[in-house]
Amino acid sequence: MSTINLVLHVWRQTGSDDKGSFETYQAKDVSEHSSFLEMLDQVNETLVADGTMPIAFDHDCREGICGSCGMVINGTPHGPQKATTTCQLHMRQFKDGDEVWIEPWRANAFPVVRDLVVDRGSFDRIIGAGGFVTARTGSAQDANALPIAKGIADQAMDAAACIGCGACVAACPNASAMLFTAAKAGHLNLLPQGQPEKESRTRNMVAQMEAEGFGHCTNHYECMDACPKGIDVEFIAKLNRDFVAATVTARAPLNTRAK
Amino acid sequence: MDLQSKAPAGDIETRWSRHKFNMKLVNPANRHKYNVIVVGTGLAGGALAATLGEQGYNVKAFCYQDSPRRAHSIAAQGGINSAKNYPNDGDSVFRLFYDTVKGGDFRARESNVYRLAEVSVNIIDQCVSQGVPFAREYGGLLANRSFGGAQVSRTFYARGQTGQQLLLGAYQSLSKQIDAGTVEMFPRTEMLELIKVDGKARGIVTRNMVSGEIESHLADVVVLCTGGYGNVFFLSTNAMGCNATATWRAHRHGALFANPCYTQIHPTCIPVSGENQSKLTLMSESLRNDGRVWVPKKKEDIQKSPADIPEEDRYYYLERIYPSFGNLVPRDIASRRAKEMCDQGLGVGPEVDGERRGVYLDFGDAVQRLGKKAVEERYGNLFEMYERITGEDPYTTPMRIYPATHYTMGGLWVDYNLESTISGLFVGGEANFSDHGANRLGASALMQGLSDGYFVLPATVANYLATAEKVEIDQSHPEVQAAVQSVRDRMEKLLSINGERSVDSFHRELGKIIWGYCGMARTKEGLETAIEKVKALRAEFWKNVRVLGGSEELNVSLEKAGRVADFLELGELMCRDALMRSESCGGHFREESQTEEGEAKRDDENYQFVGAWEWQGEEQEQVLHKEALEFEYVKPSQRSYK
Amino acid sequence: MNQALTFIDTTIGKKIVMALTGVVMFGFVLGHMAGNLQVFLGPDAYNAYAVGIHKLGPLLWLARGVLLLSLAMHIATAMQLVAQSAAARPVAYKVKKNNKTTFAALTMKYSGMWLLGVLLYHLAHFTFPGIAMGDYQHQHFSAVYTNVINGFSVPWVTALYIISMCFLGMHLFHGSYSLFQTVGLNNPLRNGTVKFIAQSFALLVTIGNILIPLSVLLGLVK
Ligand SMILES: Cc1cc2nc3c(=O)[nH]c(=O)nc-3n(C[C@H](O)[C@H](O)[C@H](O)COP(=O)(O)OP(=O)(O)OC[C@H]3O[C@@H](n4cnc5c(N)ncnc54)[C@H](O)[C@@H]3O)c2cc1C
Ligand code: HEM
Ligand code: HEM
Ligand code: SF4
Ligand code: F3S
Ligand code: FES
Repeated sequence: MSTINLVLHVWRQTGSDDKGSFETYQAKDVSEHSSFLEMLDQVNETLVADGTMPIAFDHDCREGICGSCGMVINGTPHGPQKATTTCQLHMRQFKDGDEVWIEPWRANAFPVVRDLVVDRGSFDRIIGAGGFVTARTGSAQDANALPIAKGIADQAMDAAACIGCGACVAACPNASAMLFTAAKAGHLNLLPQGQPEKESRTRNMVAQMEAEGFGHCTNHYECMDACPKGIDVEFIAKLNRDFVAATVTARAPLNTRAK
Repeated sequence: MDLQSKAPAGDIETRWSRHKFNMKLVNPANRHKYNVIVVGTGLAGGALAATLGEQGYNVKAFCYQDSPRRAHSIAAQGGINSAKNYPNDGDSVFRLFYDTVKGGDFRARESNVYRLAEVSVNIIDQCVSQGVPFAREYGGLLANRSFGGAQVSRTFYARGQTGQQLLLGAYQSLSKQIDAGTVEMFPRTEMLELIKVDGKARGIVTRNMVSGEIESHLADVVVLCTGGYGNVFFLSTNAMGCNATATWRAHRHGALFANPCYTQIHPTCIPVSGENQSKLTLMSESLRNDGRVWVPKKKEDIQKSPADIPEEDRYYYLERIYPSFGNLVPRDIASRRAKEMCDQGLGVGPEVDGERRGVYLDFGDAVQRLGKKAVEERYGNLFEMYERITGEDPYTTPMRIYPATHYTMGGLWVDYNLESTISGLFVGGEANFSDHGANRLGASALMQGLSDGYFVLPATVANYLATAEKVEIDQSHPEVQAAVQSVRDRMEKLLSINGERSVDSFHRELGKIIWGYCGMARTKEGLETAIEKVKALRAEFWKNVRVLGGSEELNVSLEKAGRVADFLELGELMCRDALMRSESCGGHFREESQTEEGEAKRDDENYQFVGAWEWQGEEQEQVLHKEALEFEYVKPSQRSYK
Repeated sequence: MNQALTFIDTTIGKKIVMALTGVVMFGFVLGHMAGNLQVFLGPDAYNAYAVGIHKLGPLLWLARGVLLLSLAMHIATAMQLVAQSAAARPVAYKVKKNNKTTFAALTMKYSGMWLLGVLLYHLAHFTFPGIAMGDYQHQHFSAVYTNVINGFSVPWVTALYIISMCFLGMHLFHGSYSLFQTVGLNNPLRNGTVKFIAQSFALLVTIGNILIPLSVLLGLVK
């Protein structure tokens, strides 16, 4: 089995008050079958042995679905492989002797918690503002009473595949959360179940997105390129469209919400 | 201790509705006066917190991830069962009940299983109304597939992301309640202790994983929905953070732990590739529909490229041993046979720890028969995932698979109300032992999690609140103080050892012991050895673990250390339970108890019971209590897949 | 704190304003180019065209008003958005790769600012008599043909125009297509066509506008 050695430049920051800086570490004898996070585990073992605090990074499922993991690797969120989360990125994508720069998602709305860990609570608040269908438990009609064209259901599923990782924000030159918000609103706005609340959902989610301090969308499409689930910017166009329609029909003022 | 299941008697079809009628209700105007703690926001906890919040209770919900949406339920791929019988292929509530009891090898409580099957119908309605984008047919109606060898198509799915979509449904409802203020959410907050006052569960002690702050939260009732303990094995398909701390702490306070040795091994996972591997990845079971499982017949072929092994030198062992089921035999059988082949030295793939652990899952025939395009349509995304991880292309080279720990049927013992042996402590989802017996059917865990969370617990918790006497306590109560102090002491202890070995190295070693002796096949001697080894490892842990940093900061090692410390106790109990149960049933295979053909042999006369263990104190042997199981509707029979 | 938002307070609203005002200005430069290309038809035709426009009187002022308003709104929203997005990433990446976006898209704020500067120069150059810039004689608009020929006979002026038209081309290369996405008119079935047409127009404006000063300088138009 072949192994490689790498030089890592890792962003270390002890907390939100700390300024942070890059530290250089050697990753030795890394198996090409290891995942990127396993490579970091291995480096952490050596750090602990030396009495240095291990590098903190978010991760959980390690199979590309929970959306916990994520770091900017050599300038690309989740690293060089397309449609792949950091935890699914494997070391065979790197060559012996490579220098690797590892940084956290950088956005005002994602404050750094420690090292590569950021706080993505802003995403949860966007969902809380309107990213749901109000359906009281136990009040539902029979599931097949509401046929949904396969095409619509498939499109909704395309949007719903978003894992909430935040790579779109990290990749966007403007740190915009449009792709995430568009995917989340789009999923429900497409479905018949989502129609009654479509107007308020669209407006409230957008208002919350604004309040969180993300940047605006100038259609760079970097987000789609970095998105591990390949969410299409088509949904951004849809969100824009839905937002205009909601603005036209709405009869109540649009409020930002207390953070 | 007398284990009262509290299951209603009489006609099984009306048990749940009669029981619901007999339970007490809480007046809507009074609900906000009741505080409920829900630990865990997976399918079970998320659904419960959302439902109780919407009903007007004052809910506090906790999870260790940064967002409730990331609970491990998100990883479930295959689907969720429901007795909707939309395809009209003969399914019914009774058949789902029957299949589940039988699939669980007659080690589950009939009343609970029947209720699960009954409620399964409402789950799909609920999820669809929330906007879960289940697969549909062209006519717009819901699509179903058959899963895990079931004879009816009762599985609902959303691409390969069913768990994710169901969890997002629950999470969105939960987020709505958080926004509305009826649920207070505590992400990145880990429960480290239970607070028990006057014999009742009254709260929890938590650690804020960012600031390190230790806090106590008090409530009128505590519900644990903290998932399974598969991570005892270190390498499993569970998420890295899955842990048993919440249930184990409750266990140490007197909640019995039932059937800890019932663990499910999934046959189609990607094999271990090296020493530094942290996690095993599940490949959907559906692959076995078209893939053929084989190993080389000759030992000298194991290092050869599979393409160089001629047809006559390939051993299609499942097709040979089980002509009628072939590659589709149930999970435990497929797993055990793979292990057997590797034990005989026929395993393939890279050598790890001096062994080759892997068998081929070959799509060569399927590609020839159906064409590459059809295969791609069915399995394209799975093949991509496989290639991403292994760097091999399954269209041209056979996949390599090996079994891995996947699910834990055991958990805290609960009665029909899902209440543990501690009054006011309820347990839902994978964390309880309730519905799957000794083996869980594919696509039934999601069903159980949502059944518990949306429908069962909201009713039984309300009943508890309506009937229990409401006693106010505050943070100054000595029990609360003591619980907080014990958590602080434990943190201090872990940080002060400052030994030589990292937490992960202990976890890895524990995993190897449990997988080796309490994995797919177990023997008396092996289990006895394992118990000694785990004890020794635990002793070393408390002398030689190295946890850097302090407790008042984000400290990954400290978090892990606490979890591993609990696994080191639970691991021993798993072995003890496996040792006690000298029969084979479901996922528990004792080599001493097998038929002549090498299949699992149950011993109903001596072991038709739930084994629930009671904590006796540190380093004390736990005491076994038995809940006898009766089967009125499904008569026990021996499984046979020949 | 809760606070009432208007459409224009949101980034989406602002972007839509940018897109709509951008369309107005895009329309103007297209028309303006078509008009200016008449310089190739000779002095009479071109001067008559200029006189014709000025004869429109109130209509001309209406058009000027719309253009000025568009420009003002375009700039105002651009400034706010640029500031907001700069604040959205207070700590920059040490290493950042962009794979999908274009140089044109990344430099919208710079090409835009350049255009603003050049526009002011351009107005002083051709529109306002008396403050003619560059080394040439500015006459009344009825002699616009001569103005153009004289104006573009100065090599650095021509160079400035040509460079500026490249900036305009870049601004529109991104803007012309981007605006469909912004107002929500994108659809995967048509995106390819829309993009092709939009960017063809951007290219057309650039080439058409460059032809004029270049031809004058090269002596093709006298
Ligand atoms: C890879 C994989 C695929 C699967 N596929 C299927 C399938 O197709 N069909 C099916 O039916 N089942 C499937 N399962 C099983 C099923 O997904 C799980 O059994 C089920 O989702 C468990 O749900 P839960 O709510 O009980 O727990 P989880 O979803 O695991 O949630 C646990 C929650 O508890 C929290 N928590 C845990 N410990 C603490 C603590 N100490 N303090 C605070 N919070 C804590 C966590 O943060 C989390 O929110 C699969 C499982 C795996 C691993
Ligand atoms: C090289 C190409 C161009 C040429 C030859 C040209 C030429 C002229 C001339 C001769 C005038 C004066 C007309 C008159 O006063 O009657 C004029 C006015 C003007 N030009 Fe241009 N122009 C060019 C490009 C542009 C561009 C790209 C823009 C916009 C970005 C622009 C914006 C204007 C404006 C706003 C006026 C004033 C119109 C008015 O009086 O209301 N021009 N141009
Ligand atoms: C005068 C100063 C100008 C400035 C400062 C400016 C700035 C900008 C900026 C920053 C953008 C990017 C907005 C975004 O994509 O989010 C933009 C977009 C755009 N601009 Fe300009 N611009 C100016 C002039 C012009 C002119 C003269 C035209 C037309 C000829 C024009 C047409 C457009 C168009 C069509 C867009 C696209 C809008 C969209 O993406 O939806 N702009 N401008
Ligand atoms: S849209 Fe893509 S990149 Fe953004 S959060 Fe969702 S999955 Fe991640
Ligand atoms: S990269 Fe940014 S600019 Fe828009 S299209 Fe994506 S959010
Ligand atoms: S760890 Fe879950 S997506 Fe990477």
